[in-house]
Amino acid sequence: MTTITSQNLVDLFLAIAAAIDQDKERLSELDGVIGDADHGVTMNIGFTAVKNALGGLDTTEADPTTVFNTSAKSFLNAVGASSGPLYATAFMRAGAAVKGESALDRNAMVEAFKAMAKGIQDRGKAERGDKTMVDAWLPASEAIEAAAERDESLAACFAAAATAAEEGAEATKTMQASKGRASWLGARSLGHMDPGAASTALIVRTMADVFAHI
Amino acid sequence: MDERSIGLTLDEIAKVRFRTAVAGGPEKTTAILAALRGWHANVLITDAATGHAVSKAEGLPNSVGSLRGTRRTQVQGGNRVKTKKLINNADNIIAEMLDGMIKAHPKHLRQLDGSPRSIVAVDGPREGKVGIVVGGGSGHEPSFVGYVGKGLADACAIGNVFASPPPDPIVECTKAVSGGAGVIYLYGNYAGDVMNFDMAAEMATMEDIEVRTVLSTDDIASAPFDQKEKRRGVAGNFFIFKIAGGAADKMWSIDECERVARKANARTFTVGVALSPCSLPQTLRHNFEIGAGEMEIGMGIHGEPGISREPLRSADDVTDGILERIFGEMNAPEGAKVAVLVNSLGSTPLMELYVINRRIAERLGRNGISVHETWVGTYCSSLEMAGMSITLIHLDDELTELLDHPCDCAMFRAG
Repeated sequence: MTTITSQNLVDLFLAIAAAIDQDKERLSELDGVIGDADHGVTMNIGFTAVKNALGGLDTTEADPTTVFNTSAKSFLNAVGASSGPLYATAFMRAGAAVKGESALDRNAMVEAFKAMAKGIQDRGKAERGDKTMVDAWLPASEAIEAAAERDESLAACFAAAATAAEEGAEATKTMQASKGRASWLGARSLGHMDPGAASTALIVRTMADVFAHI
Repeated sequence: MDERSIGLTLDEIAKVRFRTAVAGGPEKTTAILAALRGWHANVLITDAATGHAVSKAEGLPNSVGSLRGTRRTQVQGGNRVKTKKLINNADNIIAEMLDGMIKAHPKHLRQLDGSPRSIVAVDGPREGKVGIVVGGGSGHEPSFVGYVGKGLADACAIGNVFASPPPDPIVECTKAVSGGAGVIYLYGNYAGDVMNFDMAAEMATMEDIEVRTVLSTDDIASAPFDQKEKRRGVAGNFFIFKIAGGAADKMWSIDECERVARKANARTFTVGVALSPCSLPQTLRHNFEIGAGEMEIGMGIHGEPGISREPLRSADDVTDGILERIFGEMNAPEGAKVAVLVNSLGSTPLMELYVINRRIAERLGRNGISVHETWVGTYCSSLEMAGMSITLIHLDDELTELLDHPCDCAMFRAG
């Protein structure tokens, strides 16, 4: 059975940072339609800070919780904004979910992922259908739970989560925003994908890609 | 061309009345033009930049009579235009701005050791005084840091461009200005700011500092009356900060300071209008598109879409429209007293602001409302956005006294 080490987690965050960097303009453009056009910029600043902070971490010493907490702190202090508290809470909850473990098996990784989704929902107080990143995180969390119950592999679990996140992001096009800056748009937000949900889909897909090769 | 078409042949297509082509990207201009000139399509659905390129290539005049939608082709902004800025490295822009700011205003502002994004008043914070901490994203200068000084805010937490500061600099500001009488957080109502300031408040409470929060919600165009709590805070911060800062400087208790801040917010009304977009230093792309002859009423100070997009009208017409909205909520009787703020969103010059203020004074006079004081200039900007906002605060004796209380800040002085 695959187990995820601290080094694997660091690699995961580096892969996410690279994916965000590559896609930052598209994310900002999505945000320009319904928000303030900086989502790609903000996410890139955040994950660049994560990358730099993790670069200073000795993965033979640091446990998975430390990797998550280091990521949370560096992301939060680099960006603020709304993605800062949301992702910082996600990573801290993931860290708390796997506290004391030196390597993570499939179940621990699934729990960490579910804790991220829950953390984002708790911090942002958004419900499903509000046209936020929660519309990608919640379906992904449910899909990974169902896949784990079917006893699928770690890679298959995350592949299911990635597909659900992508479908969730796509579904935000049919929703009217009621949280965050886009909420002032009302019906004019219809037809546009929520940028937060789009970046979530990208992040979860990157996780799936990384776990497919471990 | 037949070999590259699926379905109908060109002859069959020619018999269809409306032949709609969908194509995007200015690089396809030649192909699109060929299809149009050959009458293979007589309706084209495209994006603004491509439409502009096609009509330009065809030598069409800028306004093509009855062709609907051509107005959208003369856009200002759009993602294909790179804007010009005098910057070094966009990633260092906040640090460099603060460095220059501190060097310009050493008598008023200082950076906290170890927390450079926490700007604290040199004079102001003291034992027994309620601390006033403001903050928000950068790009609105002189908001918010320009209002740090004796008699106004004690500290400002600085965020990235248009992004809330994280909790750490807010907590450091809180600790630096706490004089044992509690600290009030004053900032505009934005989801990101609320999350970060709330996290900071939790952390400050753990250090035994009492924190109260008053959100400004003066932008009455940002949500309807029955959803007041959703409204954004914009230029009206100027009045709300000033009044709360005055109360704190008079050594009022935290309860009293919070009460007058809430009262000021409830009686402050702003509506803005945007004429052209701004661009973020990191993207150098315009953050929204707007037609050359258009304006957007109620647009937010980060370019959030407003309540309506309309053809640009005269200064008096625009002012009248904004004042109607404000009067509708302010309910000020004849004989009431207000203070006025005519604020540039960045590139709209004083000349236009004074033209607007002339009309405001005329309209207020006609309604029997007296103007206690007027401020005209850039008080809350949105980088280089063109446009302005009008703010009225409905004064009573208490608010007047606090508004008149002297203050001495880096970018603002009164009394």
